[in-house]
Amino acid sequence: MKNLISNKFSIALLLVASVLLASCGGKREKKEVTSGDAASKVYVAPGKLDEYYEFMSGGFSGQIGVYGLPSCRLLKVIPVFAVNAENGWGFTEETKPMLQSTHGFVPWDDSHHPELSMTDGSPDGRWLFINSNNTPRIARINLSTFRTEEILEIPNSGGNHSSPFATENTEYVVAGTRFSIPIEGNKDVPISSYKENFKGTITFVKVDKDKGDMDVAFQIMMPGFDFDLSHCGKGPSTGWFFFSCYNSERAHTLLEANASQNDKDFIVAVNWKLAEKYLAEGKAKDFPGEYYSNRYDDNKHMATSTIRRSTKMLYPKDCPDMIYLMPCPKSPHGADVDPTGEYIVGGGKLSTVIPVFSFTKMQAAIAAKDFIGEVDGLPILKYESVIGGEVQKPGLGPLHTEFDGKGYAYTSMFVSSEVVKWKLGTWEVVDRIPTYYSIGHLSIPGGDSKTPWPKYLVAMNKITKDRYLLTGPELNQSAQLIDISGEKMKLLNDFPTVGEPHYAQGIPADLVMKHQVKVFKLEDNTHPYACKSEKDARVERKGKAIHVYMTSIRSHFYPDNIEGVVVGDTVFFHVTNLEQDWDTPHGFAIKGSTNAELLLMPGETATLKFIPKTSDIYPFYCTDFCSALHQEMQGYLRVSPANSKVPITFSTGK
Amino acid sequence: MKKRSAVLIALASLLMIGSLYVPLWDIILEAPQYPEGLSMQIWLSKLSGDVGTISGLNHYIGMKAISEEMFPEFGYMKYIVIGIIVSGLIVSALRKKWLFAAWFVAFLIISALGVYDFYLWEYDYGHNLDPRAAIKIPGMTYQPPLIGCQELLNFYACSFPSTGGWLIVVAGTTSFLVFVDELFLSKKKRENKYKPVSS
Repeated sequence: MKNLISNKFSIALLLVASVLLASCGGKREKKEVTSGDAASKVYVAPGKLDEYYEFMSGGFSGQIGVYGLPSCRLLKVIPVFAVNAENGWGFTEETKPMLQSTHGFVPWDDSHHPELSMTDGSPDGRWLFINSNNTPRIARINLSTFRTEEILEIPNSGGNHSSPFATENTEYVVAGTRFSIPIEGNKDVPISSYKENFKGTITFVKVDKDKGDMDVAFQIMMPGFDFDLSHCGKGPSTGWFFFSCYNSERAHTLLEANASQNDKDFIVAVNWKLAEKYLAEGKAKDFPGEYYSNRYDDNKHMATSTIRRSTKMLYPKDCPDMIYLMPCPKSPHGADVDPTGEYIVGGGKLSTVIPVFSFTKMQAAIAAKDFIGEVDGLPILKYESVIGGEVQKPGLGPLHTEFDGKGYAYTSMFVSSEVVKWKLGTWEVVDRIPTYYSIGHLSIPGGDSKTPWPKYLVAMNKITKDRYLLTGPELNQSAQLIDISGEKMKLLNDFPTVGEPHYAQGIPADLVMKHQVKVFKLEDNTHPYACKSEKDARVERKGKAIHVYMTSIRSHFYPDNIEGVVVGDTVFFHVTNLEQDWDTPHGFAIKGSTNAELLLMPGETATLKFIPKTSDIYPFYCTDFCSALHQEMQGYLRVSPANSKVPITFSTGK
Repeated sequence: MKKRSAVLIALASLLMIGSLYVPLWDIILEAPQYPEGLSMQIWLSKLSGDVGTISGLNHYIGMKAISEEMFPEFGYMKYIVIGIIVSGLIVSALRKKWLFAAWFVAFLIISALGVYDFYLWEYDYGHNLDPRAAIKIPGMTYQPPLIGCQELLNFYACSFPSTGGWLIVVAGTTSFLVFVDELFLSKKKRENKYKPVSS
């Protein structure tokens, strides 16, 4: 008893002391935030593999970071929208077409939202899609090779943010203009004529169910809102797509204030099944819109660009019942549909509640024509008639919501820097956990699909500050792994991330592991400049172009001595990696190249274009430590003065 | 020849049909950088497995590349085995002891020649190393094991019969037991049988 009292007394003293300390120092006390067993939960022993793949967008890096969960180890960076000197992406002749657009070669973009392909509303591990926000495009990555196989430009768009979310069987991935622009007629108009002249579009991109090839199926001409995020309906809401938008004020300057005036913006409900029907009925107009379709062929090891000139445009006024607007408080960000498909959660950045719309109520309100007005002919449903519930006092700055499939939702709170767990149906907050700092998106593997795997949640934070050893003023972004398997969320780990991850998608590892490609088969290589045997290696002159058909195998190039090139020639090194053994890449680099390097996987052919400017002997070598004799894997190119008559010769070992 | 013997020889012959459809021999390589292992299978008429990769590695010590075209045996080995099977079935049908004995001896000699041929190939590969190779093996010979395991540099190489090889071993052992039974044990039994009659 005495002990207890003295314990209580000392605790009280401690409390007083800490309060005093806190008030004197003016600082909050830093607490230990993980519980004892966190380390063992993220420890994946050497030689053991992670349970989940986590694909995190690179944001302003333009790429995708692939992490393993729960170890949080970085497995790979997949080059997508930005050139990647490391493996020649965007530098080789084969990959340059991937970054072509109507604006020419675009070496960088801002990748935001990875989206896994789905079958029956559940991630299937075949492809990963991702949008580029700046020059509007959608990329598709093949998850058996982890390579970007396709980049499709989105026409009639000022920036692509609410994208590339997919329908339940990946029939479509969508795009929406973040920045509305003049789309029809004269585009040289005063910016101040925004309200009259600026429009938004929503685009549905058809995905081939076997090959994954994308093409623009149709576009919808929308009012000049800023489309922000989207998600497809599922279950009862199958056939619908929900887009959030801000700037219903249609402001064109100082949006931080001018686009925050309306009490409510919208979640736009699009009946895409009906849109498909209108398209089939010929309701769409042929609409000008130039765009690039860039596809990479795994057998040819080469990308080709195709320019397309027009799209099909649907106008809502010709298409009754296709679109309804649901008022959503204060500049909504996320538009997230729960696993049952009944609830659509809006995340109002400046809202004090989390509004949850009911699909059933939306249907009833549409049937009852419960409208409070319209925007450009689009009916606005009455908020009170479509709202299923509001989560009260959730925190500050709700952005995005994911689900555990057990009746709970997890919403990221940017301003109050926390994840809030709440219950669907009762709308009560049941738990909250701080994040470090200012969380943007969050991700639960399958957490936006019909089948969440509710073990881990990844918080992607916008502010890093003191989380890691300091690296000057520019810090990596930060993510946190949170255990959501129990009633209470538990922080497990903290890890820096590549670029600025906006969103991430996770999937059980076996769904991706089971169809991994380990080598490209040489017999399937149909590259026009492939050289599949050292016997066929050669150097050919075609006018001022020199084509070197070169092979690489441990540990030599064939040929490794080349003469007869003169200043003024353009040399194309077409290098084929003859290896057929797992994990035996070869590199190729030549002194003075203005085109990065080649990094060739077994069985692959790639081309480095090299324009020597002076007469010299140029060494070249293998850049990937391929074998014990890697350092010996080297050669020379002799470049003679412009008018010399040195004949073309080439050899290895002579 | 006893009925039981005839049945056993027929079964042994039929068992060898399997060797036409599965590999005879396995060569397995282990190395630190090959956690998944490398293997090559020798069939009656082809090679399979990581032949290209193993050849690629062998070039470091100057060993010739392994290719099917270099082995004329792949053209006819299959027919020899089919010959043994068919003649074995004929022997079991005719049930002549001397014919069986001849068949068994022929089977034995052919099997021995097969193993010897395999040994010769290994000898050839192991003793004709390119003197300009990057890695010079002490004594310039590296003969892979005929049967069993051996270590060379970073590789641990094992060579063992595969399913087809074991089928032939089982058929051969059965034939041997029948041979012993027919030619040695059965005679004695018969002698024993006569004894009570004569006494």
